[in-house]
Amino acid sequence: MRLEKRPQPSRLWTAVTPVLAVLLTMLVGGIMFALLDTPPLEAIRTIFWDPVFGEFAFYYRGQLLVKAGPLILIAIGLSLGFRAGIWNIGAEGQYIMGAICGAAVGLAFYPMEARWMIFPLMVLAGGLGGWAWAMIPAVLKVRFGTNEILVSLMLVYVAEAFLASVSQGLLKNPEGMGFPGSRNLQQYPSAANHELIAGTGMHWGVVAALIAVIFAYVLLARHLQGFNIRLTGEAPRAARFAGVQPARIIVFCLGTAGALAGMAGLFEVAGPAGQITIDFNSGYGFTAIIVAFLGRLHPVGILLAGLLMALTYIGGEAAQSTLGLPGASIQLLQGMLLFFLLATDVFTNYRIRIGQGARA
Amino acid sequence: MTGTLLGIEGLTKAYPGVVANDDVSFDIREGEVHALLGENGAGKSTLVKMIYGLVKPDSGHMTLRGEPYAPAEPRAARASGVAMVFQHFSLFDALSVAENIALGMENPPKQRDLARRIRDVSETYGLPLDPARTVGGLSAGERQRVEIVRCLLQEPRLFIMDEPTSVLTPQEVEILFQTLRKLKAEGTSILYISHKLEEIRALCDHATILRLGKKVATCTPSEKSARELAEMMVGASFETPAKAPRELGDVVLKVEGLSLPSPMEFGTSLKDISFEVRAGEVLGLGGVAGNGQDELLAALSGELPGAAGAVTLKGEPVGEMGPDARRMRGLLSGPEERLGHAAAPDMSLTENALMTAKMREGLVRGGFLDWGKARTFAEKVIERFDVRTPGPENAARSLSGGNLQKFVIGREVLQRPEVLVVNQPTWGVDAAAAAAIRQALLDLAAGGAAIIVISQDLDELMEVSDRFGALNGGRMSEIRPVDGLSVDQIGLMMGGAHDMEVAHVAG
Repeated sequence: MRLEKRPQPSRLWTAVTPVLAVLLTMLVGGIMFALLDTPPLEAIRTIFWDPVFGEFAFYYRGQLLVKAGPLILIAIGLSLGFRAGIWNIGAEGQYIMGAICGAAVGLAFYPMEARWMIFPLMVLAGGLGGWAWAMIPAVLKVRFGTNEILVSLMLVYVAEAFLASVSQGLLKNPEGMGFPGSRNLQQYPSAANHELIAGTGMHWGVVAALIAVIFAYVLLARHLQGFNIRLTGEAPRAARFAGVQPARIIVFCLGTAGALAGMAGLFEVAGPAGQITIDFNSGYGFTAIIVAFLGRLHPVGILLAGLLMALTYIGGEAAQSTLGLPGASIQLLQGMLLFFLLATDVFTNYRIRIGQGARA
Repeated sequence: MTGTLLGIEGLTKAYPGVVANDDVSFDIREGEVHALLGENGAGKSTLVKMIYGLVKPDSGHMTLRGEPYAPAEPRAARASGVAMVFQHFSLFDALSVAENIALGMENPPKQRDLARRIRDVSETYGLPLDPARTVGGLSAGERQRVEIVRCLLQEPRLFIMDEPTSVLTPQEVEILFQTLRKLKAEGTSILYISHKLEEIRALCDHATILRLGKKVATCTPSEKSARELAEMMVGASFETPAKAPRELGDVVLKVEGLSLPSPMEFGTSLKDISFEVRAGEVLGLGGVAGNGQDELLAALSGELPGAAGAVTLKGEPVGEMGPDARRMRGLLSGPEERLGHAAAPDMSLTENALMTAKMREGLVRGGFLDWGKARTFAEKVIERFDVRTPGPENAARSLSGGNLQKFVIGREVLQRPEVLVVNQPTWGVDAAAAAAIRQALLDLAAGGAAIIVISQDLDELMEVSDRFGALNGGRMSEIRPVDGLSVDQIGLMMGGAHDMEVAHVAG
């Protein structure tokens, strides 16, 4: 048995691999749960089925969009860079910086009442904060040829340290009895990112995520800039021959990813999280990397992958509370999803031949 | 010395979709130079890989001096006395000559002993080589000598050479031939793979001709004309491109004092290059590989912009402009490497057409792509250049080398360039496709475009060019009219025998 390169990538397998990866994850996850003395079918059902169709679905469904929104928004930005071979691993840091900048603008106006101005300004500041944070690896890469993987990743830890500092200092709630953390933006109507339709979990961040999906789709399928991004990723030398300037692609991709991650941070801090705290960030920036790949770096795929990933979070939490599964097993399940995706991905470009030298 | 060294009987090897070798049988005698002749894709490489133990035959067998011979891996082949010099060298740039040679040996002796043996062998066979030099600084011809010496140290009985002269100047070729004749005189058999007919007629005792995986004939090349050999190889007579008489117009492209450091390590920097091309003229630029060809193409295409005045197009300095700006002004180019440079392997032909034609063919409006128009343009290229593919939605990598080359050249030609620069336009392309590409270039020149053909194939350059120049160490030789140019003169323009001041063959 051996692998043989296909003359061109298989369309069928491109579509089938994510589904296959999910099924394999369920299968192997089930075996893992069985080894943990949990009934496997029940665990799988609790994680993948109950949050959407189960008894308490009315509660979980709202949570689904709350979790999926930032994941999709960040993953869309990351996917542009990944398409071009630019590996921004630091979305978590850009997310934190966006949240801090956006929240800072909101808090600066407190307690003024002018939602028409304050909230849009916060969104803008959030995007700018994330963009600026992403410009650091971009500029260093363009000017000095540094590795954006390392720089963007290290800046996550810098951002975390900065977050801890502002939540105990600059942005600390003056009426917070000395507890670290900012004022709660949920209680400041001009700055709050409320649910738009009660019970759905739909907030402005989800709307932004949907707009980003459409924007990315049009960009990649119809626009020269998107074509240049894809060309750079497929064949960098051919891209340069075609007249693409690598520096522009680097700045565009990192900048867009940073801005979207920053906005995601703002929507989160003004909405579901409510305030800047030391541990405000919850790993969306890293999980979004998985979402981007699970979605085949395709905007619509990312939309679906974001929802699926959100499901495993919510279902995973439910399974932890009702079945007593350890939290690590849920993380393992999410890791498995990416692992199986990458493993089955081989079949997009290769096919299996059984037996030696089959004649054609 | 008339015994059979290597007997090949009924060797067959099939790959999915293609039978590379179909029941091939022939004998290589002791002490002869045997040519293996055929077009690209005729199955020469597969056959040689079977002899060298890299590929296992599906059926058929070989005998070496009467004994059954079925090497499982190259090491076994080497142990039986079969050595091979590949077309693409497997050398490490950062290591010295002696270190590179030691890497290829089963039990390398101490560096000092090895250096002495390298000197001995290189002197005996007229292949001067300094064991202490770093390979990165060697010319292509010298690198080949490293590979040859590596093989000779094993004292082979059968010495296989795959297209050895493609990287040599005519003078270097002559030196190589002397070495091979000396080896032959000592009783070593040589299997010589080439598609250069004159060389084979000069050097080889027998020739086996392959076409589409099958043996067509074994003959004595000195008794056949080059034309006859070519027809056996191709299986039909084909039209040689015809130069139409044409009027030369004004100077369209002028290069003046172009100097550029190479962006690649061990690349060749361009040094003070000046020349001009007129409308309707074909300028042929020869030179051994790695003497600045890639860099010159990049400097002309705009991938490596330099000083504004270094490149002038119709009186306008364009030296600082990028590829798109130059394309808009009519300066188009086609790089050597098809996959990854001229074309993106995993993208469709439509997307690849869009890559360079987006501006001149109006395939982009307000930043948005017009896929319908791009597809129509790709279809036009496919149709006009007879590209064999089911359609423009197929990935570039699914095309054969010749077909993809026709596509990437056609893509530029159909954009009506005023200046077209191509590097190795027919490299690795079958004879019919090569003839079609050369004809397209000549037609374009007849239509009033200025063409620069950079190539390592001297025959090709003589066929299409009006004037000839050569690149050597990043410098441009004097440029002379092709008519009346002798092979010796061409060789000297290419740098003569690189660093071979005394290349005498003893005995």
